[in-house]
Amino acid sequence: MARVRLKDLNKKFDGTHAVKDVNLEIRDHEFVVLVGPSGCGKTTTLRMVAGLEDITSGEISIDGKVVNNLAPMDRDIAMVFQNYALYPHMSVYQNMAFGLRMRKFEKADIDSRVRHAADVLGIHALLERRPRQLSGGQRQRVALGRAIVRNPRVFLFDEPLSNLDAALRVQMRVELKRLHDRLETTAIYVTHDQVEAMTLGDRVVVMKDGMVQQEGRPLELYERPANRFVAGFIGSPAMNFIGATIAPQGDALWAEAPGLRVRVPPQKSDALRRYSGARVIMGLRPEALRPEASSASPEFAFDATVEVVEPLGAEILLDTRVGDTPVVARVEPGVRVSPHERIRLAFAPERVHFFDAGTEAAI
Amino acid sequence: MIEGARWKKWLWFYLPLGAFVFGLLFPFYWMAVTTLRPDKELYRPWNSPLYEPFWTSSPTLDHIKNLLYETLFGQWMWNTMLIATLATIISLVCGVFAGYALARLKFRFAGMLGTVIFITYLVPQTLLFIPLADIIRDYHLGDTPWALILTYPTFLIPFCTWLMMGYFKAIPKELEECARIDGAARWQAMVYIIFPVALPGILSAAIFAFTLSWNEFIYALVFLSSPEQKTVPVGVVSELIRGDVFFWGPLMAGALIGSVPVAVVYSFFVEHYVAGMTGAVKG
Repeated sequence: MARVRLKDLNKKFDGTHAVKDVNLEIRDHEFVVLVGPSGCGKTTTLRMVAGLEDITSGEISIDGKVVNNLAPMDRDIAMVFQNYALYPHMSVYQNMAFGLRMRKFEKADIDSRVRHAADVLGIHALLERRPRQLSGGQRQRVALGRAIVRNPRVFLFDEPLSNLDAALRVQMRVELKRLHDRLETTAIYVTHDQVEAMTLGDRVVVMKDGMVQQEGRPLELYERPANRFVAGFIGSPAMNFIGATIAPQGDALWAEAPGLRVRVPPQKSDALRRYSGARVIMGLRPEALRPEASSASPEFAFDATVEVVEPLGAEILLDTRVGDTPVVARVEPGVRVSPHERIRLAFAPERVHFFDAGTEAAI
Repeated sequence: MIEGARWKKWLWFYLPLGAFVFGLLFPFYWMAVTTLRPDKELYRPWNSPLYEPFWTSSPTLDHIKNLLYETLFGQWMWNTMLIATLATIISLVCGVFAGYALARLKFRFAGMLGTVIFITYLVPQTLLFIPLADIIRDYHLGDTPWALILTYPTFLIPFCTWLMMGYFKAIPKELEECARIDGAARWQAMVYIIFPVALPGILSAAIFAFTLSWNEFIYALVFLSSPEQKTVPVGVVSELIRGDVFFWGPLMAGALIGSVPVAVVYSFFVEHYVAGMTGAVKG
């Protein structure tokens, strides 16, 4: 049980600045997910918390104690690696007991802890096997077991589910969530998969190019992305971005793009007034769009040409084109359209986002 | 495997394999036959009607008796065993630690140092024995086993270091990192995790080092002079070829018995050895 605090954290490898001024406060019991594309510095950040990577500048503290110069073994943390890193020459039991043996636990204590963890994870029958005799999912469970037997202050997860196939990943995701609810240990989890981040995290930290782009609860990130990158990264299929020009007309503002003219919602007008005549990026999530009769009000709707129809069962994805811009719409399964058809897509005014064309920050 | 008709398999697989096995084993057969053949048959001219080079109808153990009781062969075996074992242990300890350091620790010139160490292995012994002879004389080690125990590592350590470096590099870094988070200090992670995982590699290095020391000829020839100090390869050649007289029977018996320990070492560790060669480390 611990609080983890990263203050002005920086990491430079020869020539590259991998982590830039990361500030993060992780509360007791919290499950925080660092998410971002590869090379964004999330794994390096995690490895610095683990003590596997030196800190160029800044401070990491656990429960108020600065751990910058503490060896990994003295930080009382446990880490689960992407490739599991099970010791191949040891049985499952020995793998799980190794950390306890190194810390000079009593033999009886080790035994009861290992058996308890094996019960929690349902790997009791595997205790005498070697890692190479296990399937991917079983190895993953053993790696988790090795982390939980020690009852550490912080769990670190480095893309633990990436090596599993899709079905198993979903299953293990749920199990991880359940495990965290049960153990209530502070956890930092690194992934490149935004779905994993959204489903597991109490709080999600989106990183790019070594910098934190935004942090917040999953739905906060989804509903109020701080910039274009976060808006595009969170949510699947990704948000549609349309380059538009703001044109004032009387009291109202309109966003204009080739093949599209929609009204700027009144609640956003004040913020966008200074962009009059300037270019902005308009963002619309695929699920914010719905097909409408062509007679509907043109204020919050536009016409599009359907190019591809992807029926997924529970929903249909329409790949359409507005002017030159591709726009994806996620619609009800009952909608019947065919390629090359013109349709009208409408959206609720509160669901449109605007971003500065230069800084890409949300307006 | 080769697909298709049975004769194709014979032509392209069993036939070449058979030729290979024959070529490999024939010298050993020849040694064995010559060892058991009485002198009378050995020196029979090729055009004699009773000439039968590949077989003997009256096997004898005379040559082996001759080798064991008339020469210092037992002493030579003991010398060779002692020298090869000690040289292997010294080289292995140095090579494993050096290989680990070069593969895992980050320090300046680590990459270059690895290459330089390998290059020293490439310097031919026929060149090195001259300056080494000087050193041996200065330290008064000539004609003692130490002359070889201390000089064999000059080529064994670079070899072991290079082999182990490659092996350590193939072991996932995460194993060690995980151990260090689990509560092991660097040396504990090395001893409890990395060395056991690298055991096939360590055994391969040991077998190679042992074989190279066992078979070594030129240093042994130069640095040792009294018959009771000699190793098997030098002893057999220098004591059983007198002038232009070759004592073929004892010579072959010596070669045959001399190759037994190496064969035993190989067959004993063959499984680990193969795993080491194919670098089979699976998570």
